[in-house]
Order: sequence, then structure tokens, then C-alpha cells
Amino acid sequence: MPVMYGTYGLLAEFDTPAELTRATYAAKEAGYRRMECYTPYPVEEVASALDVHDNRVPLLTLLGGLMGVTTAFLMETWISVWSYPINVAGRPLFSWPAFIIPAYEWTILFAGLSACFGMFALNGLPQPYHPLFNAPNFRLGATDNKFFLCLEAIDPQFDREQSRAFLEQLQPVSVVEVDL
Amino acid sequence: MATKPHHDPALDPMIDPVTGELAVLAPGHTFKSVTQKIAGVVLTSHTPLGWFFGLIAAGGFVVMFIVSVTWLVLKGVGIWGVTMPGAWGFAIVNFVWWIGIGHAGTLISAILLLFKQGWRNSINRFAEAMTIFAVVCAGMFPVLHVGRPWLGYWLLPLPNTMNVWPQFRSPLAWDVFAVSTYATISVVFWYMGMVPDFGTLRDKAQHPLTKYIYGMLSLGWRGSTRHWMRFETASLLLAGLATPLVLSVHTVISFDFAVAALPGWHTTIFPPYFVAGAIYSGFAMVLTLAIPIRKFYHMEDFVTLRHLDNMAKVMLGTGLIVAYGYSSEVFFAWYSGSHWEFFMMWNRMFGPIGWGYWLLITFNIAIPLCTLWWRKARTNVTYLFIMSLIVNTGMWFERFVIVVTALYRDFLPSSWGTYKATRWDYMIFIGTLGLFTFLFLLFVRFAPMIPMNEIKMMLPGSAADGGKEGKTVAEEIA
Repeated sequence: MPVMYGTYGLLAEFDTPAELTRATYAAKEAGYRRMECYTPYPVEEVASALDVHDNRVPLLTLLGGLMGVTTAFLMETWISVWSYPINVAGRPLFSWPAFIIPAYEWTILFAGLSACFGMFALNGLPQPYHPLFNAPNFRLGATDNKFFLCLEAIDPQFDREQSRAFLEQLQPVSVVEVDL
Repeated sequence: MATKPHHDPALDPMIDPVTGELAVLAPGHTFKSVTQKIAGVVLTSHTPLGWFFGLIAAGGFVVMFIVSVTWLVLKGVGIWGVTMPGAWGFAIVNFVWWIGIGHAGTLISAILLLFKQGWRNSINRFAEAMTIFAVVCAGMFPVLHVGRPWLGYWLLPLPNTMNVWPQFRSPLAWDVFAVSTYATISVVFWYMGMVPDFGTLRDKAQHPLTKYIYGMLSLGWRGSTRHWMRFETASLLLAGLATPLVLSVHTVISFDFAVAALPGWHTTIFPPYFVAGAIYSGFAMVLTLAIPIRKFYHMEDFVTLRHLDNMAKVMLGTGLIVAYGYSSEVFFAWYSGSHWEFFMMWNRMFGPIGWGYWLLITFNIAIPLCTLWWRKARTNVTYLFIMSLIVNTGMWFERFVIVVTALYRDFLPSSWGTYKATRWDYMIFIGTLGLFTFLFLLFVRFAPMIPMNEIKMMLPGSAADGGKEGKTVAEEIA
């Protein structure tokens, strides 16, 4: 059962992606690990500062594609050879070259759906509520023009006073405490 | 031209001072101004009056469409002009035309993303919307053409008590898979791209209901970096998947024709020529939509002359491939030595419907391909708009000529006939134009028509390269 009261973390607001990247490197340097950045668009430098590595989306897509091609080809074979064998202009029942085309389409269909829904699932979306939405400056800026660094309270090094002091010295626009 | 002021590129804000090229974005925009401009169209409480007029006019055509489809369902496809030997008519022409239009949207959203063409970001969203609405219009025709649309689900491989299954050796069955996959992947790609922008709309909305609706649509997007990285991976993967998909869809549609042993259809040039024609007409439709919208919503800052210029260049390229397709058809009609091929081509050019052939040559080849070489033509907005309408018409006639002239005079002169569309054919076709416009107007009003997050990525200062001494922050830290 997750803790449903207390502090989620400390949220520092920045005006530019460069300041956010610098702050993220500094937090990493200071030993913080459980932290996350929030930006209105993907910022690659921030991702490398956070050292984000996750290649499960390509894996899911590959598995989806393999499932699609297998499903479609086996379905076509079963239907045409066993379930409903009809003679079409003397063509063999197992006309595999013709079966390639629907199998090709379903490879793309299953792989594409796996890429999209797999991405959302790994991101834990849909999630209409999140503690960060309690911070008014986050709601105003995170999807518009502000750049945020959040040090999460579950980090062993997190300390309400010290972590706040640490963030303050990075010269953010503001530091707010986010409730759970 | 003495009255025209001297044009100095160094003073024109829309020209990049470094490269001397037209700018992709107008200068002076910030993250905030991008949000305000694009989200403002959706969140405003003052919907422009012109939008209502457009919606009502398009709605009228939708009513016409509904009436004519109802009559079609009541009476059967006999109300159309299709008969032997011309068993395919407007329905197939419209189907191929609409699907083709959709292809430009996927090309912009997928292929140009893989090629890192940053300028596509501005036009990507509404080109994708165009794809989806075009596929909606296209999909109606085969379903109506089967005669009993309520049994349309027989096309799908569904277990049933009759123990009857689709016949997978037929290109018509391939079509079902190609078009349904295309529609699904296009919707998924479009919606996924909009999720972060729905998040912005949720945060900017004032009215609680608006907030709620966009909040639900955004799935709770909060711009977390880990989310963004997976999102970027998924976008690239979908682009990589949509690229072979879009090439396959019109290829499969061309198989509907090419697999038939009929002069005028049975050619190997069809797949590439259909795909190029699809992109050609699709870009014409993007221009038809983009030019009035950028004017009406004052989006000239984001959809600049650079975009129009580039789109015209793509049209020039694909138009040349189409021209090659036409000439190869004519050449092989002669070179094959087949009497039937030769007669079909002669009949296509000089037979009773020969005017259609010369019209398509004029509209698709003569007018655009003789003028688009000049930058002056490519950056003249009025000219491009008129030209896009001309190409759309020409491409419709191309499909008309392919479908009709190959059919109505077949091998036996005793079975020759003609093809004449009825008023219901015209009403349903014009009705889908209305439906397309109607859906598109709803889209520009209720969804962000330009991807805000992708535009922000192109702004100066969007990358964390503001380190000291001209280095990036990462280099500075290292």
C-alpha cells in the first residue's frame, strides 16, 4: 500500500532547458537518484543528465510485429487449407505468396498498436491524478514554457530542509514542496 | 514593375540571414507565444463567424450525403451508373482518389520525420487529420459498393455459423487488410501525437468542462522526461512502421487493377505510379487546406512560404513520376504488340471519353509541371491554391480514366457499352467532399491543429546549448 500522506517531493522551477540540465547534473553529483524532470517538449540533454535508458518500447514493438505476422499467416493458412478449402482458378490451397500481403499489413498493425499502447503502459498512463498537479506553478507552466526538476521524497538522501537548501543554491525561479 | 519596392533579403524577417533561405518559423516567438497562438484557436470563447458559416455549408452537403446514401440503401446500387461492362464507376474512382489524398498526411508525419525534415512539424498535425478524414470518406465507397452494406462485416475474417471465410488469394481481400490497418495506424499515430498538446490545453483551459475533457484526452500527461523519451521512441517506431505501410496501401489498391488480366490495368508500373500519384494529389490537398487555414487563423508565422515552397517541390517530384507512369503506359501499349493494349490506349485517347484523358494530361502534367520549376510560382500563394485545385481535379480524372476507359470497351465489340454517372453518383461524391470539410472544420476548432511541442523544439534556445563559452551544458559539465 503506497503512502498516501506526506511529501511527494521538492519541485524546482527553471526558465530555460540549459538551467534545468545544469541543475540535474548538480543533483546527480550531490548523490540524488530518485528525481525527474518535467519539460514542455522532449529535451535530450536532460534525458542524458538523468541517464534515462529504457528500450522496452522497441522490444514490445518487435514482439507485436512477430505476433501480427504469425497470427495473420497462420489464420490465412488454416482458413484456406483446412477450414474453407475452395479451388480458385486451380491455384494451390496453400498460396503462400498471396498470404504475405495481409500478413505484412498485420505485422504493421500489431507492431504499431504495441508501440503506442506499450509506450502509454510503460509510462503508467492514463493517470488523471498525480501529486505534482497539486503545485499551481506546475499546472501553469509544465506543458507551456517552464522546466521543472523534482527531487522525490523516496530518495534516501532526501531531507526536507537540506534538499530545499540544495535546490535554492541552483538559482531556480522557485522551490515548492509538493504534497502527496 | 517600377512601383514595386526594392526587395532586400537582409531586411526581410522571413528570410534566414545565414542561409538566405525562407524561414521555417517567423522570428520572435517564445514558448509562451507558441502556446498562446495555437491553443488560443481551440480555447477561445469567440469562435470566428466564418467557421460557423463553413460548418453550416459543409453540413448541408453532409445532409445531402446522408439522403443519397439512404436512398442507395433502400434501392440498391442500381441507382448508380454502374452496369455491364462498366461494373466499376464513381465508387471505385472516389475510393482510390480519397485514399490517395490521405497518403500525403502519412508521408509528412512518417517519412519526413525519419528524414529529419524539421519543417514538417508545422504541417504534420493537420496533414494527419486530413489523412484520417480522407480514409473515412474512402472507406464508405467499397462498403456501399458491395450492395448490401449491412453485410459489410463479411469482408472480415470472423468466425460465423455459415462457415464461410474470406478468400485470401484476392486483392479485394488484401484491400480490407491494407485499408483497415492504414486507418487504425493513422488514428493511433495522430492521437498519440496530440496527447502532450491535450495536456497543454488541459492546463490552459478556463472552463471546468473543457478542463475535464482535455484532461481525459491527455491521459494525465505531465511531460516527465522518462515519458518523453519513450514517447519519442514510440513516435519514431510508428513512423518507421507507417512508412512501409503507406507505400503498401496504394500498392495493394493498384493490385485491384493490376492483378486483373485486362488491357489498361494489367501493368507492372501500377504500384509505383499509384503511390506517386497518391502523394501528388495528397500534397495538393494539403495545400488546398493549408493556404486558407493559415490565412483565416493567421498562422503565417508557423506555416510559412518555406512550407508551401517545399510542398510544391514534393509535388513537382511526384508529378514527374506520375508523368513517367503515363508515358510508360503509352509506350508499353505500343511496344507490347498486343492488339488489345493498343486499342485500349487509342480508345482512351481518342475514344468517346478521350476528353477525360487530355484533361488529366493538362491538369496533372502540363499546368503544374511546366510552372512549378520557378520559385516565383512556388511562393505565390494564390497561384499555388489554384494549382492545388487543378491537380486534385486532374488526379480524380486520372482514376476515372483508369477505371472507366479500361472497362467500357472490352474484348468483344458486341458487348461494348458506355459509362454515365447518375445524379446519385454525383451527390454521394460531392457529399463526401462536404463530410471531409465538416470533419476538418471540427478538427481545427477542437484540437490543436499545429503540434505545439514540436514547434517549441524548433525555437532558438530550445536545446540546452546555453552553456558557457559556446559549449553545450553537457560539455561544460564534463
